[in-house]
Amino acid sequence: MENKINLTIDGVQVQVPQGTTVLEAARQAGIRIPTLCFLKDINEIGACRMCVVDSGARSLQAACVLPASDGMVVKTNTPEIREFRRNILKLTLSTHEKKCLSCIRSQNCELQKLCRELGVDDEEEYAGIKNEYLVDDLSPSIVRDNNKCILCRRCVSVCEKIQHVGVIGPVNRGFKTAIESPWEMKLSEMSCINCGQCIVNCPVGALYEKDETKDVWNMIRDPELHVVVQPAPAVRAALGEEFGFEMGTSVTGKMATAMHRLGFDKVFDTDFGADLTIMEEANELVERITNGGVLPMMTSCSPGWIKYCETYHPDFLPNLSSCKSPHEMVGAIVKSYYAEKAGIDPKKIRVVSVMPCTAKKFEARRPELGHDGMADVDAVLTTRELARMIKEAGIDFANLPDGDFDSLMGESTGAGVIFGATGGVMEAALRTAYETITGEKLTDVEFKAVRGVEGIKEAEIDIGGNKVLVAVASGTGNATKLLERVKAGEKQYAFIEIMACPGGCVNGGGQPIVSAQKKMTCDIRVERAKALYGEDRAKALRKSHENEEIKQLYNEYLTKPGSHKAHELLHTHYNARKLYAD
Amino acid sequence: MGENNEKFAQLKELIKRHKGQPGALMPVLQGAQGIFGCVPEDVQKVIAEGLGVTLSEVYGVATFYAQFSLHPKGQYLISVCLGTACYVKGSQKVLDKLSEVLEIPVGGTTPDGRFTLEATRCLGACGLAPVMMINGEVYGRLTPDAVPAIIEKYKNMPGDAA
Repeated sequence: MENKINLTIDGVQVQVPQGTTVLEAARQAGIRIPTLCFLKDINEIGACRMCVVDSGARSLQAACVLPASDGMVVKTNTPEIREFRRNILKLTLSTHEKKCLSCIRSQNCELQKLCRELGVDDEEEYAGIKNEYLVDDLSPSIVRDNNKCILCRRCVSVCEKIQHVGVIGPVNRGFKTAIESPWEMKLSEMSCINCGQCIVNCPVGALYEKDETKDVWNMIRDPELHVVVQPAPAVRAALGEEFGFEMGTSVTGKMATAMHRLGFDKVFDTDFGADLTIMEEANELVERITNGGVLPMMTSCSPGWIKYCETYHPDFLPNLSSCKSPHEMVGAIVKSYYAEKAGIDPKKIRVVSVMPCTAKKFEARRPELGHDGMADVDAVLTTRELARMIKEAGIDFANLPDGDFDSLMGESTGAGVIFGATGGVMEAALRTAYETITGEKLTDVEFKAVRGVEGIKEAEIDIGGNKVLVAVASGTGNATKLLERVKAGEKQYAFIEIMACPGGCVNGGGQPIVSAQKKMTCDIRVERAKALYGEDRAKALRKSHENEEIKQLYNEYLTKPGSHKAHELLHTHYNARKLYAD
Repeated sequence: MGENNEKFAQLKELIKRHKGQPGALMPVLQGAQGIFGCVPEDVQKVIAEGLGVTLSEVYGVATFYAQFSLHPKGQYLISVCLGTACYVKGSQKVLDKLSEVLEIPVGGTTPDGRFTLEATRCLGACGLAPVMMINGEVYGRLTPDAVPAIIEKYKNMPGDAA
């Protein structure tokens, strides 16, 4: 029996286990205490003082770091406390760039929301000297605008503690404190992996993706160009949130309709690319196992993970699958097979990917991902950018009829859909590998052991009497832990799936931003993954190799997985990278 | 170059002694400052790699504490007192004049490595306000007009006079 504590919060009796904070105890009692720097399990540092409460101590205490104690009587909401919080907000505003009308986070800004809730009536009360910073927009993925930064350190914590990257931190002291990379380096000069976890955890508009919507609008309006769009699996599981749908609602049909209405010439599906990836990757795995290749083989879909591996674990580059990521495969096939079939000059084709990811913007610019002088993918939009385009076009998303993807690369199986959740690529690969190796039909396609949001998962899979050990990690900090196990030789894994973002793509750095308050009560990784597993269950076909359009592609063009042509178009290579620019 | 190699060898020895201890970064930075006179970028990178912490953390700590200097200090360290007494007697104007004459900001070092200009807290010589110190020598009852001649004197001293 663990020790229970009884305390009273705003007159409400509550019992909690020892070690619970007052913030958490209040939440359990149904009392919401406002927070700003607090980020559950990631940034619990009591820095911003927004969550102060009166616990009978000499001064107000920060509830997020105040342990509940037996018999404690806490007030969370007195006139003095509200005035204290208002003052903190006014002081924060004194050096915050208050361009709320044009701010990318307007209406989804935690600072703005608190100011309205607490009735801040004068944003200039403490007007004085302001720090002014240059906006760092040199990274292809992430823009940092310190003029809006409120020094909460949520980005710093997620970068350092969760991702084990740590390319930003507080520098200098007092009023001069800023979140920066060391030695005045830009993010693009650091070993940033472009994952964008800093963005989705920023309460304000200090961090956002490098916008490409204008480039895409220009492509669409150019009559000379044939513009193809493709959304990643995880996009459909979260796009609805931008239009008032409950988290975990799949909006695939409305998304397809919206894409047609935005003016794209063809709407293909990255889920098709996911199925294609499985064909190539399962083939590569079987070859490595039978021909004594480098094992464990590791997935290569996540560009954040790839850059992390290239920078921090170059010893493991030979373990990476040579497969391009799904949207890059689609891009390569659009500009070859599709161009040929449709009789369009590939130089006139533009491929736009909509991704839950900011690292994909970096990936699309990798010079090795293209052929004949053309990049496979020409522009990458995040889920948020797609939502902005839909809003800008005045499309009433919530009331759209369901549409469909265009043929040739619009069909997908349940295996392709689940790529967006951690463990999904593993499960999809196992479905195909099982049938390839055994020649038998797989009756139960659900490999539940690799599902769920634990940072590192492990499973032993029986394939035709052979036990195959596999592992799945999400979040690059967890990737490092798993790679250390591999190095230590504790276990002989055959296949490892790694995604840079915790929970996989559903929680990617390009996804709709959810407030820290909401994250206290709901696990977005779980909710969004439900949408994908639901789609998988509803699909008639749930194994990549059963996809009719995939079969057609191999019959008409690629011959077979791992063929010369497939290698030319669908595979790539990796390079070790330095920690800092020279 | 040989001297520098020796210093880095000392640094690595220092890192080895502290590696794995909680809070190892502070004593290592202090030791490094002792060895090199400052903690420049290449030194910080060796510390980060040696202790297994990020360069962001090393740089963050080094810029948080005033005791650490990122760049080598000049041969002559000029410390102008901005304590209350000196300040009301006009030491800010003296500091501004020094900055103008030396053509460096406060905290900066002249490109020839001869002078570093710093503002400091009370030096305990309030009776002489406004006061500054140059390598331990105290100058009191200063006026901005007195500044150029004092600087000139140090410019004309032999190069190894520290």
